[in-house]
Amino acid sequence: MNYTLSIKELRSVLSAKGSLLFIKSIPGVRYSEIVEVVLESGESRLGQVIDVSRDATVIQVFGGVSEVNVKTSKVRFKGESLRIPVSSDMFGRVMDGLGRPIDGGPNIIPEDFLDINGVPINPASRLPPSEFIETGVSSIDGLLSIVRGQKLPIFSGSGLPHNRIATQIVRQARVRGSEERFAVVFAAIGVTYEDAYYFMNSLRTASTIENVVSIINTASAPTIERIATPRVALTVAEFLAWRYDTHVLVLMVDITNYCEALRELSAAREEVPGRRGYPGYMYTDLATIYERAGRINGKKGSITQMPILTMPDDDITHPIPDLTGYITEGQIVLSRDLFRKGVYPPVDVLLSLSRLMKDGIGTGKTREDHYQVFMQLVSAYAEGQYLRELTAIVGSESLSDRDRKYLNFADLFERRFINQGEFERRSIEETLNVGWDLLATLPEDELKLIGVDYIRKYHPKYRS
Amino acid sequence: MVIGKVWRVSGPLVIAENMSGSMIYEVVYIGNDALIGEIIGIQGDKAFIQVYEDTSGVSVGEPVEGSGKLLSAELGPGLIGKVFDGLQRPLSELEVLIGPFVKRGVKASSLPKDVKWFFRREKGLEIGSKVGPNDIIGYVEETPIMTHKIMVPHGVSGYLKEVVGDGDYRVDEVIARVESGGKVFNIKMYQEWPIRKSRPYVRRLEPTELLITGTRVLDALFPVAVGGKAAVPGGFGSGKTVLLQTLTKWSRTHINIYVGCGERGNEMADALHSFKKLVDPSSGRPLYEKAIFIANTSNMPVAARETSVFLGATLGEYFRDMGYDVLLVADSTSRWAEAMREISARMEEMPGEEGFPAYLGSRLASFYERSGRVECVGNPSRSGSLTIFGAVSPPGADFSEPVTQNTLRYIGTLISLDVSLANRRHFPSVSWLLSYSLYVDNVSAWWSKFNTSWSELRREFLRLLQKEAELMEIVRLVGPDALPDQDKLILEVSKMIREDFLQQSAYHPIDSYSPPEKTLMMMDIILKYYKKAYDVLLQGVPLVSIKELPIRAKISRMKEVSPNEFSKFYVNIVNEIEESFNNLVKGVVG
Ligand SMILES: Nc1ncnc2c1ncn2[C@@H]1O[C@H](COP(=O)(O)OP(=O)(O)OP(=O)(O)O)[C@@H](O)[C@H]1O
Ligand SMILES: [Mg+2]
Repeated sequence: MNYTLSIKELRSVLSAKGSLLFIKSIPGVRYSEIVEVVLESGESRLGQVIDVSRDATVIQVFGGVSEVNVKTSKVRFKGESLRIPVSSDMFGRVMDGLGRPIDGGPNIIPEDFLDINGVPINPASRLPPSEFIETGVSSIDGLLSIVRGQKLPIFSGSGLPHNRIATQIVRQARVRGSEERFAVVFAAIGVTYEDAYYFMNSLRTASTIENVVSIINTASAPTIERIATPRVALTVAEFLAWRYDTHVLVLMVDITNYCEALRELSAAREEVPGRRGYPGYMYTDLATIYERAGRINGKKGSITQMPILTMPDDDITHPIPDLTGYITEGQIVLSRDLFRKGVYPPVDVLLSLSRLMKDGIGTGKTREDHYQVFMQLVSAYAEGQYLRELTAIVGSESLSDRDRKYLNFADLFERRFINQGEFERRSIEETLNVGWDLLATLPEDELKLIGVDYIRKYHPKYRS
Repeated sequence: MVIGKVWRVSGPLVIAENMSGSMIYEVVYIGNDALIGEIIGIQGDKAFIQVYEDTSGVSVGEPVEGSGKLLSAELGPGLIGKVFDGLQRPLSELEVLIGPFVKRGVKASSLPKDVKWFFRREKGLEIGSKVGPNDIIGYVEETPIMTHKIMVPHGVSGYLKEVVGDGDYRVDEVIARVESGGKVFNIKMYQEWPIRKSRPYVRRLEPTELLITGTRVLDALFPVAVGGKAAVPGGFGSGKTVLLQTLTKWSRTHINIYVGCGERGNEMADALHSFKKLVDPSSGRPLYEKAIFIANTSNMPVAARETSVFLGATLGEYFRDMGYDVLLVADSTSRWAEAMREISARMEEMPGEEGFPAYLGSRLASFYERSGRVECVGNPSRSGSLTIFGAVSPPGADFSEPVTQNTLRYIGTLISLDVSLANRRHFPSVSWLLSYSLYVDNVSAWWSKFNTSWSELRREFLRLLQKEAELMEIVRLVGPDALPDQDKLILEVSKMIREDFLQQSAYHPIDSYSPPEKTLMMMDIILKYYKKAYDVLLQGVPLVSIKELPIRAKISRMKEVSPNEFSKFYVNIVNEIEESFNNLVKGVVG
C-alpha cells in the first residue's frame, strides 16, 4: 500500500449518534483509515472510517461522540489505518486501549509502527503447536494440556476465581527442558480498576516474570476503545514473537466486555441484529482476534492466547462463549458447583477440552501413558457423575459394588485430583501418579481404555 | 474492457459506478492494488462487487477494471498435494514469495508454469481421428498414486492434427492441435473452468456402492454411497473436523479434497503435516499424494469462503471426469453461509430467516448438487463420482437454525453429532437416534458380497440402541432394579455396541481405520454374544454370571485386533462364546 501522506481536513459534520459521526465525503477518503476528531475544546479523539461512499462517510469514534459539536468540530483524515509504536523496550510499560502510555513514563521510542489489525498468517506457513506447557495444575496438565501456540480460553462466570487461576497459570507455566521464558502481554478489556490492578500486581510480583506489557481499558474508559484493546495487545505480542523470537502468552480479560462493545457499535450502525442482538459477523470478528496465535515455520517465537470470558448467566450456549468455542482450540470451563463445594480450581473437566493436547503429550513430551490415563480418568468421572444423578433420583440402595466404587472415585477425583493449592505446583509425573492412585480404587478390568502393558507398568498394584 | 470507479466501500462490498457492459460473476480488479473481486449484482451502471481481499485503504474514485472473464479454476497437473486459498493461489508457493503472512494484492499462478511433467501420449489415439470434450489424449504420473489424465477441454472438438510424443512439457506448452472447419485449437495440459458452473456429464448413475470410510458408525449404520452427499452438523467441539479429516485420510477413494472454509489455521497446519506423515493403507504412500487442500481460514477475507467451496467442487468434478472417485469435505458450510449473510446485509437485501438471504437454500443446493456418480463425457467411456460431506456449525448446537434446516433438504445422509456424547468422550459422537441415511437400500446389495447379512445386523443394532434409549428413561425414573433381566441384558449389550463398536478413536494406530470386513465381523460377534446370552438367560442362568464371563473383556478389546488377524480372531472368539455359554448352562443345570 502506498498512501499519499496528504492530510485532509474537514469541518462539516452532518450528524453524530452513539459512537458514529456522519460526514459529507471529501475526495480521497480511504476505507478503514484513521481520523482525528478535534473538538472545540481542543481535545482530540481518534476515529476510523467504517463506510465511505461518494456522498457520505461514516466514522466510528473511539471515545464516543459525546460533546462532539456538529458545528464546530473538525475531522482530520490521517490517510492510514490505526498504527501503534512498538519497541522491544516495552516491558513493564502500561498503555491504554489505544496503545498510549498511561504509566507516566516516557513515550515509546518506536522501532516500528504497526497496523493493529495485523496480517493473517498463511496457513501453509504454520507449524502445528506441539510443545507441552507445564502449568503445575493437575486438571489442566493432566486433562487439558496446553501447548505453545494454542488459544485456550477460560469460560468463567461472575464471581468465579478465574483471576486467581489465570495468574497461577502464568506464575507456574514453563516448558520442560527449555530455559526460554514467556513474555506476558496482558489486556484488560472493560474490567474494573481493582481487577486490572490485581492482575498487573500479581503478574509483576510473580517471581518468574519480568516481562509484562499491560494494555488497560478499564470499565470507566470509553466503550468503543474496547474494539481496539485486544488488537493493540496482539500487535505488541506479534512484534515480540515474530521479530524478537519471544514466546508470548497473551492474557485477555474480559472478552464479554469486548463483545458488548461490538454489539453497541452494531446497534449504532443500525445493522440487522443476529442472535441476542449481537452482530451476525461476530464470529469473523472474534476470529480476527483469536487466530492471531500460533507458531510459524522458521520462527523461534510463538503466541499462546488465554482469553477469559464470563458467561452471561453461566450459559455456555450464549453467543459469546459459543462463538469463542467455535474458534478457539478448546476451553477451560469453570463450574459453579465445584466452586460451591470449595474445590479450587473449580474446573469442569467434562465440559472442558484442549484440542491440541494429543500433539503435546506422550513419549518424550510428558509420559507414554498420559493419553490413556487422561481418557480413563475422564470416562470414569463421567460414569461417577452419571451415577450421582441416578442416585439422587432413585437412592443408593440398588447400587452394585461397582457403582459404589465409581461414586467414591468421583468424590476422590474432585478432592484429590482437581483440587489443589493456589500455590501448589505439581509436576506432570505427580499429576499422573495421583491419577493412577485414584484409578486403582476401581476394579482393574474397568480400566478398558488403558493398554495392559501400561497397567502392568504404572498401576500401583504392580508398582510396589 | 469496462473501467469504472469506486463509488462506495463497505467492508468486503464495493459498489462501482460507470460499469455498464459488465456481467454478473465477472472478475474485476479494484483500486490501485488491483484487489480481486467478483460482480454479484448490477443496478443501472452500478456494479455490486464482493471483494476477496481486505479493502482497507481503498478510496472512492479509484479505478475498477473488468476482466471480461468469470472466476475460473486452472485445471491440470500441479494440483495434487497442494494448498490453495479460495482464489486458488498456491499458499505453499506464496510462502516462498512473500513470507509467512498473506498480503493482499498478490497475484500468483495457480499451477506451476515452470515445472516440466512427463507426458505420456494415449497410444490408442490416431492422428486424424475425431476428438471431442474430455477425450483422453495422454497421461501424467503426477504422484506415484495419481495418474493425471489429460483431457480435451470443453468447447473443443474436431480432428486431431497433432499430438506431441512422450516427453517432458510444461503445462502451458501446446501438446496437441485439433482442427475443425479450418479453425485450429491449441491444446495444453491445463484448462480453465468457471468455478460456479458444474461440469457436464452424460447422465447420472444410481449411487449403489458404499463409500468405504473405515469409520464404523458410518459404514455400518449410516452409510454414504459413492457419489452421495452428507451433512455433519454439531456444536463446537463435537468432532466435525476430526471426523471429516478422518474421512479424507482413510476413505477408499482416489482423490480427497479438504476445504477448510472459515475455520482454524492450526487445524489446517495439522492436516497438512499429518497427511505428509500418514500413509495410505492400500498403496503405502503418503496421504498427500492423493489429496488437495483449500484453506481460507476464519481470519482471511470472508467473501473467499464462497469461492473456496465452489473451487473445491470444480476440482472434484474435474477429477471425476477422469473416471475417479473423489471425496470432497467442506468444513464448515456455516461459515460460508455467514459470509453470504454479511454481504447480503451490506447490499441491503431483504433479510430472510435469522438475517440469512432468501437464496441461502438455493446456494447450498448449488453446492451439494454437484455431487453424484456419473457417466463421464468423453472417450474412452468411463464413470466417476464426487461425494460431498459438509460440516454445519449451528449456533448453540441448536439444529433448528436455517443453515442446518436448509441443508437437510438436499442431503442423503445426516451424521448428527451430539455434544453430550462428546463431553462423555464418546467419539465419534454420532447420535444413533438422530442420524439417518437414505442410501441404506442402495448399498445393501454392495454389502451382500460378504456372507453375513449386513441389513439384518444393522437393523438389530439400531433396534437394540433404540430400546436402550427407552429403557434408560425408565431407569432414570425408578432405577435399574425395576427392570427384568432380559431388559438388563439389552442394556448390557447396548453398552457393548456403544463402547466396543461405535466408539472409535481417530488417533488409535490400529482402530482409526476399520475395513468393512472387520466391521461386519465385529457386529456379528456382539450379536452372537447377545443371542447366546439371551438363550441361557431363559434357561435360568443369572445375569451376574453372564456378566462375569471373561469373554466379555475379550470382546471389549477386539477393536485393537489388526484387520489382518481379525478373521482368525473371529473364528476363535465365536467358538469361545459358544463354549463359555454352554459351560455356563452346564454349571447351572448340571
Ligand atoms: N474420533 C475421535 N477420536 C478421538 N477424539 C476425538 C474424535 N473426534 C473428536 N475428538 C476430540 O474432540 C475434539 C474436538 O473435535 P473437533 O475439533 O473435530 O470438533 P468440531 O466439531 O470440529 O468443533 P468446531 O465446530 O469448534 O470446529 C478433538 O480435538 C478431539 O480431542
Ligand atoms: Mg471443527
